[in-house]
Amino acid sequence: MSLFNIFNVAGSAMNAQSQRLNTVASNLANADSATSANGEPYKAKQVVFAATPVDESGATGVNVAAVVEDQSPMKMVYDPKNPLADGKGYVTMPNVNVVEEMVNMISASRSYQSNADMMNTTKTLLLKTLSLGQ
Amino acid sequence: MLNRLDDMLNFNTQALRIRDQRQQVLASNIANADTPNYKARDLDFKAALQGALQGSSAAGGTTLDTTSPGHLAGNPGLTAEAGLLYRTPAQGSVDGNTVNMDAERAAFADNAIHYEFNLTRITQQIKTMLAAIQG
Repeated sequence: MSLFNIFNVAGSAMNAQSQRLNTVASNLANADSATSANGEPYKAKQVVFAATPVDESGATGVNVAAVVEDQSPMKMVYDPKNPLADGKGYVTMPNVNVVEEMVNMISASRSYQSNADMMNTTKTLLLKTLSLGQ
Repeated sequence: MLNRLDDMLNFNTQALRIRDQRQQVLASNIANADTPNYKARDLDFKAALQGALQGSSAAGGTTLDTTSPGHLAGNPGLTAEAGLLYRTPAQGSVDGNTVNMDAERAAFADNAIHYEFNLTRITQQIKTMLAAIQG
């Protein structure tokens, strides 16, 4: 019964989207973290999605292939009183783009909802199939 | 008698199998709406149903080898990649993804209704036959 595959497909997509939501949360939380355990300012992280076949029937799920660091330049803020300021009085701040992260968050939650809807529809269909002939 | 019953249910059974497969393909499209370079796919329902009903390899299926006239031809049905086509994107996107979420969700809902329709038809046919048998 291949309809069961849809649970795997939707499940993998929901898992991937929730991981994306997780990185968004950590990026937003650390938008002002000028230093960290290794002394470097926080760098924004992004997930990379990849399509993966769930079985040989052609159904394709999603998995998170990698979590990469954002390569965009760090923000330089002029704040000479800050102990982290360099010789010219600039502090290196994380390269988190708050607007981009908010968009990312909305997109992830919408996709998550779509997949949850898909699971519900499939569940209805399967239950109707079980009562076939009655 | 049994053959007749089989023939009667065959059409809707095959249609149901293809609806089932299409549902899976559409689910994959919706799941991969944010995957870079993913190309949305769909199957040609009409061609797939014709192929399944004729049991031919037109839909990409394999046929059974018959070495004696008594052998049954067999119905290969659908195989994995049989008749899967790529969608023509209505609007291109920078990441190479061709999933149009609105179209996919509409197709998903449409396919679900058709699946239920086929189920209902089979149920009705079973009831018709039961009525005929019981008198």
